[in-house]
Amino acid sequence: MNLSLELMLQLAIILPLLSTLAIAATGHYPNFREGVTITTCLLLIFLVVNLYQGLSAGETIRVFWWELLPGLTISFDIEPLGMLFALIASFLWLVTTCYAIGYMRSHQEQNQTRFYVCFAIAIGAVMGLAFSANLFTLFIFYEVLTLSTYPLVTHAGTEKAKKGGRTYLGILLTTSIVFFLLAIVSTWFVAGTLDFKQGGIFADDVDKMIAGTLLVLFIFGIGKAAIMPFHRWLPAAMVAPTPVSSLLHAVAVVKAGVFTVLKVCVFIFGLDLLAVLPTTQFLLYLAGASVLLASIIAMRQDNLKARLAYSTVSQLGYITIGALLATSSGVIGSSMHIAMHAFGKITLFFCAGAILVTLHKSKISEMRGIGRQMPLTMIAFFIASLSIIGVPPTGGTWSKWYLMMGTIETEQFVLMVILMLSSLLNIAYLLPIPFHAFFPNLIAFKTSKKLINISEASGNRSPSFEIKEAPLPSLIAIIVTTLGCLTLFIYPQPLFDLASAVLSGRE
Amino acid sequence: MIAHLPILQVIIPLMAAPICLMLKRTQLVWLFSLLTSGLAFAVSVLLLQQVMTSGLISYELGGWQAPWGIEYRIDKLNAFLLLIISGISTIVLFAAQTSIEKEIPKDKHIYFYVLYLLSLTGMLGIVATGDAFNVFVFLEISSLSAYALIAMGKNKQALWASYQYLIMGTIGATFILIGIGLMYQMTGTLNMYDLSQRLPEVAQSRTVFAAFAFVIVGVCLKLALFPLHLWLPNAYAYAPSIVTAFFAATATKVAIYLLIRFTFSVFGLSFSFTTIPLQTLFMALGLIGIFVASFAAIFQSNIKHLFAYSSIAQIGYMIVGFSISSVTGLTATLLHLFNHALMKSAIFLALAAVVFRVGNVQLNSLRGLGRQMPLTMAAIVLGGLSLIGVPLTVGFVSKWYLLIALVEQGWWPVAGLILLGSMLAVAYVWRIVEVAYFKEPVGPPIKEAPMSFLVPIWALVIANIYFGIDTRISVQVAEAAAQSLFGVSL
Repeated sequence: MNLSLELMLQLAIILPLLSTLAIAATGHYPNFREGVTITTCLLLIFLVVNLYQGLSAGETIRVFWWELLPGLTISFDIEPLGMLFALIASFLWLVTTCYAIGYMRSHQEQNQTRFYVCFAIAIGAVMGLAFSANLFTLFIFYEVLTLSTYPLVTHAGTEKAKKGGRTYLGILLTTSIVFFLLAIVSTWFVAGTLDFKQGGIFADDVDKMIAGTLLVLFIFGIGKAAIMPFHRWLPAAMVAPTPVSSLLHAVAVVKAGVFTVLKVCVFIFGLDLLAVLPTTQFLLYLAGASVLLASIIAMRQDNLKARLAYSTVSQLGYITIGALLATSSGVIGSSMHIAMHAFGKITLFFCAGAILVTLHKSKISEMRGIGRQMPLTMIAFFIASLSIIGVPPTGGTWSKWYLMMGTIETEQFVLMVILMLSSLLNIAYLLPIPFHAFFPNLIAFKTSKKLINISEASGNRSPSFEIKEAPLPSLIAIIVTTLGCLTLFIYPQPLFDLASAVLSGRE
Repeated sequence: MIAHLPILQVIIPLMAAPICLMLKRTQLVWLFSLLTSGLAFAVSVLLLQQVMTSGLISYELGGWQAPWGIEYRIDKLNAFLLLIISGISTIVLFAAQTSIEKEIPKDKHIYFYVLYLLSLTGMLGIVATGDAFNVFVFLEISSLSAYALIAMGKNKQALWASYQYLIMGTIGATFILIGIGLMYQMTGTLNMYDLSQRLPEVAQSRTVFAAFAFVIVGVCLKLALFPLHLWLPNAYAYAPSIVTAFFAATATKVAIYLLIRFTFSVFGLSFSFTTIPLQTLFMALGLIGIFVASFAAIFQSNIKHLFAYSSIAQIGYMIVGFSISSVTGLTATLLHLFNHALMKSAIFLALAAVVFRVGNVQLNSLRGLGRQMPLTMAAIVLGGLSLIGVPLTVGFVSKWYLLIALVEQGWWPVAGLILLGSMLAVAYVWRIVEVAYFKEPVGPPIKEAPMSFLVPIWALVIANIYFGIDTRISVQVAEAAAQSLFGVSL
């Protein structure tokens, strides 16, 4: 095929949107419908990989669509950070679709067609967001992403889902319209442009107070980055079916948030300006507090998905810190952490969903001993946990390494301690789960009598080692992402190249 | 023919109204009214084209020269308004016949069209004329027909709502008349252009101040500026649905036009904004209006009431833009005039379809309607998103201009408040979404609205999105109109 790169870029955004028509048309034939989704996934990966090769070959890929108001355009431009995000999102979409087929069918969910349609729109929005050439285009896709994921969050249609959806939409729309839009309008007014530019768009003599205020507005306004106190939407979104939680609320939506933060820090403010703004330090501490508090809250959650959600809030804080450190290792660490955390967290969510559909358990206290029934799932859970914690032999090691380097370079020792403490907390809230799953009778840590009784009861009941894993498509998905976590440790070079190319225009 | 366009704009619907009475058959009358309105729309398109290319059109009625005879004066501002009014009127009329069959007794159908056309005449007349007394005459034509139209609603409350509107509207019109009288006393002229030339000489007199106060208060009553808005919610809620769709998109816009015309053209910018602290006053009232009305909208259980309060809030946005008194601010107001007409006509027309199928628009009756009337409900959701100001809808464009105008002046806190206000819109729109999409339907199954509703509704919804993306026409006209108001007066 001889498609120009520009055409491919546009196709990458339009294709998922167009596929919704085919998905809706084949709604009554589930096998065809999923066939359409899988085909779209494969085509999208093909397009994105081609774009990646084009970018590696040093080509500039720019597309202009429309001028909405004078100077305010919808246009696209590929740069390494967006490329990285698009690669992850498109690849994990395929894996998640595979997982969703097993999950949605064995869980007998209603309205599956609507589910796949909204999913495809969300992915189209992510592609648009990743390739945006200016803040305005990014904002449009940011809002499309919020609105298209709302039906997914409220998928169950229950009172609880409705309430979750209200929090979800309420926080995301409020922050994006009240803070983000105000920041965009003001940036437009102060800088005269919204184009992403290496080194930032503000003039050198810009008033530091105004730019500092704008930075605060941006960080608060990008609610998808889930910096406390605007994180409540993420736990609320956990009422969604697990495939949604795993792809959208561990990868696409939250990463769209931190991606936007990185974009704003690097291409709107520029690292030089960012380093001297009066509010940067305050925001760093805010993100640090978010990292630590979310980890502590995560420890207290008994619902597995809720624990994972708070863990995500905490990990997103790492990425925001990396962006705000305004050094190259911080940005590299953040960019890499987008990928590393994506693979780790999506695996954890896949496992949580697998446990839910096969054993119908969602509470951590009920999960003792399940390692005997679902050994593969729990091994995957263990490996992914290691990646989130950031220890070898998993990918998370590298990104956390660079983030640490960043804090040391800038002499932010308080933050360094926070990051280390949070890693310890990660161990405390993640590792006991696979540990107790495999060794239910070792109850050294728990003191609650009730839990002991439960574990004894379950220990007595299941002497038979009946293996009952998740449906095959779901299991394959789990294995693929787990291998991803390991591969990224052994072979992080392409990722590192992309991450370090984010700033290459700076030299 | 082309030279007579300004008067044709008004005379076509005026003449058509009595002809309706002779036609006798309802279907025929409907088609005739539709044709008339369409013709008026064509005239306004031609007028706008002419004004945009060759500037101001002055038409002397009966050949009597300007300060003595009545002059029709079409500039960019009123050509834009004429287009909005006649355009919305035409689209709404498409659905009229189906809608009134269920809402108005058969023997009154013809009267409905007569009154509708008269009301249209009144509004077009107010906007087209360049004569202050003529404004009052057309104001009365449009108001009197409006009172009768609202009273046609099928509930008993319609009479009471119409009566409330009658009292308030009459007070407003009287105030305007008193104001015009005082101006006449001081200058001896009724021609607006002439007034604008002569008023500065006597600007410091107490009579002119009184005239100004009377005119402004009267106009604000008509445009339902907080706290003079109390007549509006009931009038909108109990009028026949078609009437609501027409009025919500046009009636208050005409009043805002009058406000702009009197402050900017007749009294002049320096008098209105320097001598009198209109800016602070309107900014405050606009903002309070946005918040009070939006909060009130959140707690309504009748959807028509809900959107009526939302209209009051939207008027607040226009008033804030107006009070900035800069070119960008006025552009924002004019854009919102156009954009809000598109949103509200789409929403109220969709509500008319709901009334047609369900019988009422209580929030509880909307349960499960998202599945039963998917296209109608989707139109309400899209209209609602536009109201919130989501990008790629018209609501975003006008909000963007309003924000730029505020930031230009350095009024950041106000910009923040404006955005906070749009969050209240999320709250009231989402109440409808939750009921329509998450509650199980009750009662017998309901069919999707007929095509006679769906076509005009979706034409408006698509316009909502089209003008949100292709902003060239609307922005260009609004900007040109705003600039001309700030340039040489009239």
